[in-house]
Amino acid sequence: MEQKLQYIQARAMEEMSGAGSLEDLNEVRIRYLGKKGELTGVLRGMAALSSEERPRIGQAANRVRAEIEARLEERMSQLKDSLREKKLSAETIDITLPGTVFSTGKLHPLTAVTRQIEDIFLGLGFSIAEGPEVEMDYYNFEALNLPKEHPARDMQDTFFITPEILLRTHTSPVQVRTMERTAPALPVKIIAPGKVYRRDDDATHSPMFHQIEGLVVDKRITFADLRGVLQVFAEKMFGSETRTRFRPSYFPFTEPSAEVDISCGMCGGEGCRVCSRTGWLEILGCGMVHPRVLEMSGYNSSEVTGFAFGMGVERITMLKYNLDDMRLLFDNDVRFLAQF
Amino acid sequence: MRVSLKWLRDYVDITAPHQELAERLTMAGLAVEAVESPGEGIEKVYTGKILQISPHPNADRLTICRVTLGQGEDLDIVTGAANVREGHVVPVAVEGARLAGGLVIKKSKLRGVESRGMLCSGQELGLDTSVMPPDQAHGIMLLDPSTPLGLDIKGVIGLDDTILELELTPNRGDCLSMVGVAREVASLLGERLRLPDTSAEGSGRGIEGLARVDIDDPGLCSRYVARLFRNVKIGPSPGWMQDRLRAAGIRPISNLVDISNYVMIELGQPLHAFDYDTLKDGHIIVRRAGKGEKMVTLDGSERNLSEDMLVIADPGGPVAIAGVMGGLATEVTEKTVNVLLESAHFNPVSIRRTSRVLGLRSEASLRFEKGVDPVTCLKAADRAARLLLEIGAGEVAPGAGDNYPVKGAPKTIVLRPGRVEHVLGVEVPGQETVSILKSLEFTVNDSGGDLLVSVPSHRQDVSLEEDLIEEIARMHGYNRIPYTLPSGSGTMGARTPRQSLEVAVKDFMTSLGLNETVTYSFTAPATLDRAGLPPDSPLRNVLRLQNPLSEEQSIMRTLLIPGLLEVLQRNASRRATDLGLFEIGRVFLPTGAGQLPVEKQVLAAAAMGSAPSGWNRAAQPHDFYYMKGVLEALLDRFGLRGCSFVREAGHSLFHPGKAARVTAGETVIGVIGEIHPDVLENYNLPQSAAAMEVDFEALAELSGRPRKYRPLPKFPGIERDLSLVVKKDIPARDITRTIRKHGGQYLQEVRLFDIYHGGQVPAGCQSMAFSLKFQAGDRTLTDQEVNGWMAKMSEALAGQFGAGLRS
Ligand SMILES: [Zn+2]
Repeated sequence: MEQKLQYIQARAMEEMSGAGSLEDLNEVRIRYLGKKGELTGVLRGMAALSSEERPRIGQAANRVRAEIEARLEERMSQLKDSLREKKLSAETIDITLPGTVFSTGKLHPLTAVTRQIEDIFLGLGFSIAEGPEVEMDYYNFEALNLPKEHPARDMQDTFFITPEILLRTHTSPVQVRTMERTAPALPVKIIAPGKVYRRDDDATHSPMFHQIEGLVVDKRITFADLRGVLQVFAEKMFGSETRTRFRPSYFPFTEPSAEVDISCGMCGGEGCRVCSRTGWLEILGCGMVHPRVLEMSGYNSSEVTGFAFGMGVERITMLKYNLDDMRLLFDNDVRFLAQF
Repeated sequence: MRVSLKWLRDYVDITAPHQELAERLTMAGLAVEAVESPGEGIEKVYTGKILQISPHPNADRLTICRVTLGQGEDLDIVTGAANVREGHVVPVAVEGARLAGGLVIKKSKLRGVESRGMLCSGQELGLDTSVMPPDQAHGIMLLDPSTPLGLDIKGVIGLDDTILELELTPNRGDCLSMVGVAREVASLLGERLRLPDTSAEGSGRGIEGLARVDIDDPGLCSRYVARLFRNVKIGPSPGWMQDRLRAAGIRPISNLVDISNYVMIELGQPLHAFDYDTLKDGHIIVRRAGKGEKMVTLDGSERNLSEDMLVIADPGGPVAIAGVMGGLATEVTEKTVNVLLESAHFNPVSIRRTSRVLGLRSEASLRFEKGVDPVTCLKAADRAARLLLEIGAGEVAPGAGDNYPVKGAPKTIVLRPGRVEHVLGVEVPGQETVSILKSLEFTVNDSGGDLLVSVPSHRQDVSLEEDLIEEIARMHGYNRIPYTLPSGSGTMGARTPRQSLEVAVKDFMTSLGLNETVTYSFTAPATLDRAGLPPDSPLRNVLRLQNPLSEEQSIMRTLLIPGLLEVLQRNASRRATDLGLFEIGRVFLPTGAGQLPVEKQVLAAAAMGSAPSGWNRAAQPHDFYYMKGVLEALLDRFGLRGCSFVREAGHSLFHPGKAARVTAGETVIGVIGEIHPDVLENYNLPQSAAAMEVDFEALAELSGRPRKYRPLPKFPGIERDLSLVVKKDIPARDITRTIRKHGGQYLQEVRLFDIYHGGQVPAGCQSMAFSLKFQAGDRTLTDQEVNGWMAKMSEALAGQFGAGLRS
């Protein structure tokens, strides 16, 4: 009897090891442990044993059953693991295929640069003002100390709608409108980005282009403050190595006036093609707000001072992306737009 | 302004190297755009005299010149030039010479005859032919016959010079002169300014009684000086004068004209010479032109004058347009014997207007427009007289006719040292302030506290304390002023809600795959036709530019979409036919005469073709539904509630069956649709396209409405699908409305998820499948309740639309 049990165990173990699938394994289980299984048969035959033999054989049979069951469980999990492995391996994909396409558009480079400039000045406490693109002669010229027949009007060739209404030639009229609205309250601290228009069209001029104007008016604003603010701007915009240089210049609406150069980022100031071998790149015009402009806009020029600056967004964009033809910015070729 | 350093040294000693001088001028506000060294690279070209000219044995057009350089052996040089004669002194390039442009001269044979060098033209020596006398511009340069032989040509014709090209700002008219620039240089370098010699007493009978000057309109002419020259011999001016004029960019013409130009460049005062004997009674009258008056100007054209133009007249009529152009009848010619020279101050605005109206701009009118110095008038006339005597071109009558009705007193400005610091943010020592101002010829009265500064007459641009502060700042050095940040009341920098929305909308549109464009605000009138706008369309009411650059850019846009269609077309012509674009920009809607237009910010988008397919995804056509999806996504993303779409069959840009108005409440805020086939054709677009244009300000208003939190559902909802077969022409919105109306209070969501034609669906009908969600906030709904609502809904749909249920 005991021999038979050993024999059953040995065979069951062998068959379980040989089972290649869960189905095979199940058959083995039924063959030995099922209602009509061999081990079940042995147990059933115990009735015929003597009362001395019965417990001993019973114990042995139970041990064999437990061992078979343990092995059965072990094999089952082995088979399951190997099955999952096979299944997963069959599901392998080509990870070098491109991903699902989410086409994304790009911001126009002028928008990207404008935003960058805006963010720098927002960080310095400026807010953003806006004004009309079709403007009165008064705001575009007269209130900026450019009376009719002023020779400096030649600096800005103007598109007219009527003799008194024109396309603004700079964003400076927003200075006047903002001061008129704010006076006599202080401080005024704005930038004014926007489109401007001049009768010019070639590789470096476009009849429509973009400027960003800046204006600060308060009780104690100095030329040194203007220098400080623009130096911070230059560093944030063009890198912390950037130096600025202020050259005396002339604008009817500022006094003193200056043009600002930054050190050429291409050559580090050594001189190269981009900076015409000077090491400097002109980026903006600025100055202390002319007392007549303050007065016309409602401020007492003996009590407040201010500075103003204006820069061309196209110029800065072209410098930043190393563009050589301004017309590319208005052609809107998607192969160009997609690069930014 | 071209500044010859050789010439400039007449007035100021310059020890600094050229580059340093250029740098310091630039940093003082006289921008040096370029530094030219005209003689650079020219070597071994000497003055030589032609001894003998003999014909070339083998060539009719060539001659052999025997040339002496004054020493060494004579040279035989073959030339093709026709303007040389025996006895001429000319530039001779010998063997090994270098000319402008790097040409090297070697011994060579020309048609069998050896040539030991070359006779040079001005051009070969780097001179600009536009400033050479016409007879010399294309031939060998002829030098003064008295020129010593064997000299280096560079010293002889002024090529041993450096030219600074100054880009002057419009306020610095005073620096349109050598003396003006010298004054700045003297101040910068701490040198003394030497003024040119103006002594010219003259001889013989004085001008009194021979010439008389009357000024009728002192407002337009504040001073008029006349001097009289007698027995002038018109001919070429001396070489040194020609060299200097050339260096200044002015073509030498004849001694008298050259003297005028020389003085203009030297002192900044334009002069005009009349043939005295053609002036009636020697009587100059400065007056406004009469109505309908005409005169023939130097260039031979007859000019119609108007009453706001200032003329120089004699009792017989106008003889010159003041400051702009002389008259033909009184022109100085080779036959002229006596000359009346004018040196005057005219009103800048009047000159500017007149020269613009007549389209005549000159070096003279340019200077008058910027304002010349009335005090200089007499000096300039005297200087011209002096030069006339120096070069022996005539005699000078003693005295001047000087009519000076408006003598401006020198301006005096109070300068407060505290104000300088207040404006600049740096303290400039009092001593430095005074010495800067004095070096620029300001008179400073320093009595301890405030300075009393009087402005020299040549600085008409200076009239305020701030102007003086600028003078101090630029001479002190802008870059010596420190960097500080504004003190005082702090401000918060922030975008307004609308500005923030603009930023966010642009980002969102790009995230949907659309590229941002920037197109011109002006367009062609033909655009209105290309867009198919009917004659009575309000969008045809446009702003017109008076002076456009071209017809293509002559009106201000009233719509953005046409600009985007042009961009689609341009890209299509470069084989990019599947793309989407957007732009936020302004349209310009006229309001009334003399009024500014309404400038409305709009958001427009246009897309053509389809979003390309991928290997795992089908192409998505850029049709009406695509564009509507873009707008709906945008509205949803920014919580813009309350927009709806209403069929629009009458908008010329769009396909009449595939377009809608976008409304917010009662207000139309935009249009959306597929582009009309006619418009596609007008724009030559190869594929269908869809577009929209929405009032961005209206969107911003919607986004300004406050949003409130709604509690999340606590009880599970029940979802049901509803499939209907309905006639195709029943709008989905009507069906949705009926579903919502009869679906009971707990119907939360109605979503159309499928539309199906064909199969068992009868012709003319479609199957529409909706997903519905019922949910209550306070309890779990039962199936029975939902069944009730579904039944009501089906009944209503069947009744209203004849809809059949599909299961
Ligand atoms: Zn560089």
